[in-house]
Amino acid sequence: MSLEAQPKTPKEVEELPQVTIRFAGDSGDGMQLTGTQFTNASAIFGNDVSTMADFPAEIRAPAGTVYGVSGFQLQFSSSAIYTPGDVVDCLVAMNPAALKVNLAELKHGGVIILNEDGFTEQTLKLAGMDRNPIKDGSLGKYTVHSIPMTQSTLRACEEVGLTGKEAGRCKNFYALGVVCWLYSRPLEPILDFIEMKFKDREQLREANKRVLRAGYYFGETAELFTRVFRVRKAHLPPGVYREVHGNEALAIGLIAAGQLANKPIFYGSYPITPASDILHELARHKQFGVKTFQAEDEIAAICAALGASYGGALGVTASSGPGIALKAEALGLAVMVELPLVVINVQRGGPSTGLPTKVEQADLFQAVLGRNGECPLPVLAARSPSDCFEVALEATRIAVKFMTPVMVLSDGFIANSAEPWCFPNTGDLDPIEIEHTDEPNGENGRFLSYKRDEWLARPWALPGTPGLTHRIGGLEKQDVTGNVSYDPENHQRMVNLRQAKVDKVAEFVAEQEIMNDPDGTAEMLVVGWGSTYGAIRESARRLLRKGVRVAHVHLRHLNPFPRNLGAIFEKYRDRPVLVPEMNKGQLATLLRSKYLVDTQHLEKVQGRPFTTVEIMDAAEELLAAKGAKK
Amino acid sequence: MSVTEQKREYTVKDFGSDQDVRWCPGCGDYSILSAVKKVLAEAGVPPEQYVFISGIGCSSRFPYYMSTYGIHSIHGRAMAVATGLKVARPDLHTFVITGDGDALSIGGNHTIHTLRRNVDITILLFNNQIYGLTKGQYSPTSPFGKKTKSTPMGSLDQPIAPMAIALAAEATFMARTIDMHPKHLMATVKRAMEHKGTSFVEIYQNCNIFNDGALAYAQDRKVRAENVIELEQGKPLLFGKDMNKGIVSEKGHLKAVRIGEDGITEDDVLVHDEEDSESYHAMLTRMRYPELPEPIGVFRAIERPTYEDLVNGQIERVIERKGKGDLQKLIVGRSTWEVHEDEAEAGKG
Repeated sequence: MSLEAQPKTPKEVEELPQVTIRFAGDSGDGMQLTGTQFTNASAIFGNDVSTMADFPAEIRAPAGTVYGVSGFQLQFSSSAIYTPGDVVDCLVAMNPAALKVNLAELKHGGVIILNEDGFTEQTLKLAGMDRNPIKDGSLGKYTVHSIPMTQSTLRACEEVGLTGKEAGRCKNFYALGVVCWLYSRPLEPILDFIEMKFKDREQLREANKRVLRAGYYFGETAELFTRVFRVRKAHLPPGVYREVHGNEALAIGLIAAGQLANKPIFYGSYPITPASDILHELARHKQFGVKTFQAEDEIAAICAALGASYGGALGVTASSGPGIALKAEALGLAVMVELPLVVINVQRGGPSTGLPTKVEQADLFQAVLGRNGECPLPVLAARSPSDCFEVALEATRIAVKFMTPVMVLSDGFIANSAEPWCFPNTGDLDPIEIEHTDEPNGENGRFLSYKRDEWLARPWALPGTPGLTHRIGGLEKQDVTGNVSYDPENHQRMVNLRQAKVDKVAEFVAEQEIMNDPDGTAEMLVVGWGSTYGAIRESARRLLRKGVRVAHVHLRHLNPFPRNLGAIFEKYRDRPVLVPEMNKGQLATLLRSKYLVDTQHLEKVQGRPFTTVEIMDAAEELLAAKGAKK
Repeated sequence: MSVTEQKREYTVKDFGSDQDVRWCPGCGDYSILSAVKKVLAEAGVPPEQYVFISGIGCSSRFPYYMSTYGIHSIHGRAMAVATGLKVARPDLHTFVITGDGDALSIGGNHTIHTLRRNVDITILLFNNQIYGLTKGQYSPTSPFGKKTKSTPMGSLDQPIAPMAIALAAEATFMARTIDMHPKHLMATVKRAMEHKGTSFVEIYQNCNIFNDGALAYAQDRKVRAENVIELEQGKPLLFGKDMNKGIVSEKGHLKAVRIGEDGITEDDVLVHDEEDSESYHAMLTRMRYPELPEPIGVFRAIERPTYEDLVNGQIERVIERKGKGDLQKLIVGRSTWEVHEDEAEAGKG
């Protein structure tokens, strides 16, 4: 096939408001890269985008098996979107296993693009399929495009001089080329990426470019496709955008916090899925004075961060649920010694090792309650990839203002998802003011290490400062002096003070806003936290189109709750309150115990985010039940 | 340490806190506290330049009794806390006070990794072969068969040799000393403090309540000379009241001999070298009473860059090459696109 071939037939162009595509193949097939590049091209084109990575815990499970299927889903749209899409419009499957695992989520009449060469007797057997679905008519209700991608890829890079194996690995770019053509995407951003990625490897650079173009021109030339699709630019608020992933935004947020506080970040961490990317990202930015420390274990990671905080750095540690469990004792120490510390939990499916690469929100209790003794600390949750930036900044502000460890909750969905980010100007970000005591604060030149300020924070006196030497530790402290004390009354007082300090954070942070209900007349209230934001927001919008008005409260502050949250529940007193969570109802339980509000919880613990429809259905059922009661 | 800090004379009193010391009367910890304060007073560095970090156990109460900065942290984790502090603040003199349970059992992992990184801190490990604070269970250094509250029929665990572990963990400085040998104790702590890198000091310490006399063979002045060898750089491995016994290497094994017997002269005796090969240092770590006298003093002192210097060096090199980080550039990233006013309709928030 000539690359210069002209289209044989003019194709029909169909306008679509939004499209959801899923790329699926073996974990070694490069599906994550393919999806990321398609996302990037769409974002630069001007669509709103939302993505979801879905990959196995095994790095390379046996090729061709259903265990090894890696998927990347994205929705791109001509209007604002908040989720990676409920149902898939187009499925790209590189082998039978990928087709088998993902077919259920493809909509009726959806498009399937298959690598025909991936469907051999052997791979069909590995996927547990008796017959070849390409030939047996079982895919009749879909529009199937079966393309010999491997063969075409090998042909496209014949003259480049790669081995057959190396050339074969480029087939993901062939698939990408086909999909780019089908959805009228520009190739330039992807070609730029190839140029950069294979800067020093001429053959691979050339091969991937040729293969990408070959896929694109195949679409244009082949009789297979009768029409192409177009998704216009989205109407986003004006501004300059970039694409950002959750873990990336957390890392940038931490670096920004260090810069705004004029302090080095000390990041102690032990590798764990899905938090490791934060470490990788931070380790690349040493020019900001960031010190990354890959510790021998989770405990050393948090202890070193705490030691750094004692010395005056901004100590940060991150992990996922199992690692946070290991850090619990040191978190208690941080609460006791009252030093600033930011602790990030990129949640995954649990308990134990659970579902390492899948999403869940089941560590809320762990964050709020999971330590020995009365051990309160502020807990914040990010609601989207770009929100991770804001949350990292706010967590740092709270940590240094209140001299306390702060827990930040993200999750495996946000961590690996991307969205457009209308990023801030650094000049518009408030500095983080930190005051280190340098004079004794007691009588006769004594330093009182637990004498509190108006926010109940104790002074942050740095070692090396003359006249302020003091000892801190895990034993109960005497109020004001900080000396060891086993006095019963003093213990009660200190427990109360530590709680009161954390409660005071509610006075420091913004009030809770209510979305989607400007006049307060919504029929019900949906309360969420973390990464369910997109699905709830989208549900509320769609319900509104159906004439159902649903108010949406999305909590960033989970401990303490926003100071006006009680008033919000009071306001919606006679209306149903739905709390969708990717757990067994942890926020719902906390809200019930604190506000005596009759929350209804909607749970999902399947390692996958909510779909919009699931939340819409639950909301409508709840309203119907209420109507029936009347 | 701040170079602008004026040197002045300090006394032991300058390093003691106002807190009552709560160790049992007669505990070996008292003499170690006293020795450390004396060494610091002589060093001429003000108390605020020191940080003492401990874990949990009797010895770990140490920081409360010093007038320096300090953290009484959690069980086994003092070295991790110290590592973070030292990387953040290389200017501070950082000590870790730990025990056999704290450093070799619950915190064994941190001991290994701190040593291999060579963080410039001084570790004082009080080894009394027993858990004192929890009232008398066997520890990782208790001898096999030791009868304690948790092992009424005798311990079934083989004891571990702290010095052998330190060597295996790539220690750059390792020494052993004794609570009841103050002169040696002070000299050893001083050497450890001066070492650039992790210095690991095992201190034989008597728990007179739960394990009294377990280390008497080394502590008791009446028998010490026969049971320990005081290592000195460049000096032969001689011991005994009359210094007439020595250590020779025979087919790769160490053996105690008497000078003048079987034609053995002082020239046959091994000469101590702190910078010698690992295999020689390994043999020293394996000398156990009663088969052989146990060495005290500096086993090994070699030079290797410290962890905090390497960490900060990488940062300096990157800044030299790329300049200081530009936050706006980082936030903007590689590629951006602009949405103009006229394109904007339905907002996203």
